[in-house]
Amino acid sequence: MAEAPAIESPAAGAGPAAARRAVGPVRAWLRFFRSELRQVFARRRNLLLLAVVALFPILIGVGLRLASHPHGGGGGGGLSFVTELTGNGIFLSFIALTILLTLVMPVVVAVIAGDSIAGEAGYGTLRYLLAVPAGRTRLLAVKYGVIVVFALAVTFVVTGVALATGAALFPIGPVTLLSGTTVPLAEGIGRLVLVSLYVTAAMASLGAIGLAISTLTEHAIGAIAALAIFVVASEVADQVPQFAVIQPYLPTHWWNSFDSLLRVPIDSGTLAKGLLSFAVYLVIFGSFAWARFTTADVTS
Amino acid sequence: MTDVRAVPPGPAGAPGAATETGAPADATAGPAASSPAASGPAASGPAASGPAASGPAASGPAASGPAASGPAATGHALAVSTSGLTKRFRGGQVAVDHIDLAVPRGAVYGFLGPNGSGKTTTIRMLLGLAFPTSGRAQLLGVPMPEGTVRVLPHVGSLIEGPAFYPFLNGRDNLARCDAADRTADPRTAADRINGALDRVGLLAAAGKRYRNYSLGMKQRLAIAAGLLTPRQLIILDEPTNGLDPQGTREVRALIREIAADGITVFVSSHLLAEVEQVCSHVGVMRTGRLVFQGPLEELRRTGAARIRVQTADPAAAAAVLGRLGLPDPQIAGDEVTALLGDFSPERICAELVHAGVGVRGLGVAAPSLEDLFVGLTGEGFDVDG
Repeated sequence: MAEAPAIESPAAGAGPAAARRAVGPVRAWLRFFRSELRQVFARRRNLLLLAVVALFPILIGVGLRLASHPHGGGGGGGLSFVTELTGNGIFLSFIALTILLTLVMPVVVAVIAGDSIAGEAGYGTLRYLLAVPAGRTRLLAVKYGVIVVFALAVTFVVTGVALATGAALFPIGPVTLLSGTTVPLAEGIGRLVLVSLYVTAAMASLGAIGLAISTLTEHAIGAIAALAIFVVASEVADQVPQFAVIQPYLPTHWWNSFDSLLRVPIDSGTLAKGLLSFAVYLVIFGSFAWARFTTADVTS
Repeated sequence: MTDVRAVPPGPAGAPGAATETGAPADATAGPAASSPAASGPAASGPAASGPAASGPAASGPAASGPAASGPAATGHALAVSTSGLTKRFRGGQVAVDHIDLAVPRGAVYGFLGPNGSGKTTTIRMLLGLAFPTSGRAQLLGVPMPEGTVRVLPHVGSLIEGPAFYPFLNGRDNLARCDAADRTADPRTAADRINGALDRVGLLAAAGKRYRNYSLGMKQRLAIAAGLLTPRQLIILDEPTNGLDPQGTREVRALIREIAADGITVFVSSHLLAEVEQVCSHVGVMRTGRLVFQGPLEELRRTGAARIRVQTADPAAAAAVLGRLGLPDPQIAGDEVTALLGDFSPERICAELVHAGVGVRGLGVAAPSLEDLFVGLTGEGFDVDG
């Protein structure tokens, strides 16, 4: 702060000004962000979560490999992409995303998001961060940034491990998309990256909901559970035909629309609706989290 | 704040030196100032300003005004000041009731009161963690909570016990705090963290996980966090809570060292005995109200001294004391006591001898600080509910 020296008083005699402010605001933000990021990614619990997430695509791949007929044909029942899998291992990524998006990935994101503020409050570290002062808005922004990075990591762990497993267990080559067009493997992987980014956006919007819930309590586990229940409730409502009118507005409704990216041409209308839905939830719950967190007494 | 004057910052630890706050809000009116007077700035008259300590610097009321109005006035006389600071919880309970704190720069200010008297809530409001229902607060002349980001880098704090990530070691926990401080220079971070750890004697245990720290070590780590960057004010909320006598002594020594660097220390405690040795000023809370505030000496002076006379003829001695006009003479065995007032013990002795009363012993007894403190705050647990 440029004005900080104004309250520097000779009375302080507090020593060298060397400890103060030689860095710009952007670098100060980055430093805090990096510190929090390291915090989350060095924590054993979170690494364990990522490891568990990584295990799923392997199990799914092995299971489908064992169930598949030697001469083609799928064994996955009604699951989409399974018939394509035996022809091309890259489809294991899409299968894994479809399966894990129902619960595993949202819960893992919920753990990080629900823990973000409530966890600090629970440990009592929140009052110390704010007394540093980290700045309430700045702390919230940094926490959300970390959630987004973690969502990105979860998604790419799933697709990356699934791609490797698929390549190991199934043939791999040019990709026949859902619209029947065949594209080279490189383009197929390119589309897989886009799919992963779309799913990351979905998880990031879920993370904003989790952040908002997290500002309401000092019990991280409560915030995590609340968010998981929220996801399940939304998914159930999405399956009930009588709720057809509200289904497009449910937070989970557009999560699986990533298959729009596997067509030629890309179904951009559906994608845009999905991304809009994510953005709306991000704005609503992000604003709520900010309004709540910047005005509430910290009593923990 | 208008009740601020340009008093030069006093040397640390010198009780009341030059910084005697003659501010009207100051409850210098003594014990009689209990609640009503202490809460209304107008209530305590000009006569209030204490003797001796209040030099000429403290007596010019005209100094309030423009000089003090700039929020970032350099050399602001008060490190902490509040006016009418009030916190009412949602349930309607008033935790802090119109308190007017005035902590001079350079002071070691003991913020005393039983558990539940509103000390921690006050500190939370000072640090911008809780928002006041009404009233104003300033830290180093900057209004809070608006000035949080500006002023808190100059304020170190320990709030309601230490709190860190249990799965990180001491050094990493401090690094995390430092990274959150946008005014801290990352290039000097490692040195400053080591310096702070060294200062509280934790350097050897810096690599140990926080969860394995003893309570005293946790407490010291929290103090170290408050010393990461040069500060002008350190706020310590119950720093000796849960510590053994040894740990309590260490914390006291640390407070002395911090104060010796010219840093204002604001330390809360429910035990007067733990802080009276280091404090230059005290404020006493009782159920949300500030019932006394001023230099420690002044609190001591509020205790009315009694003359004690040991004699073979108590009745005659009592008669002499009564004739001199000493209030409340009492006889207990061979001892006669009375309130001393403005009389000098020498004169009383002379009068007694003159009246032919044989004096075996004569002394003046003042109530202990502890007695005064208990008198202010009430006895026992959860006073006044």
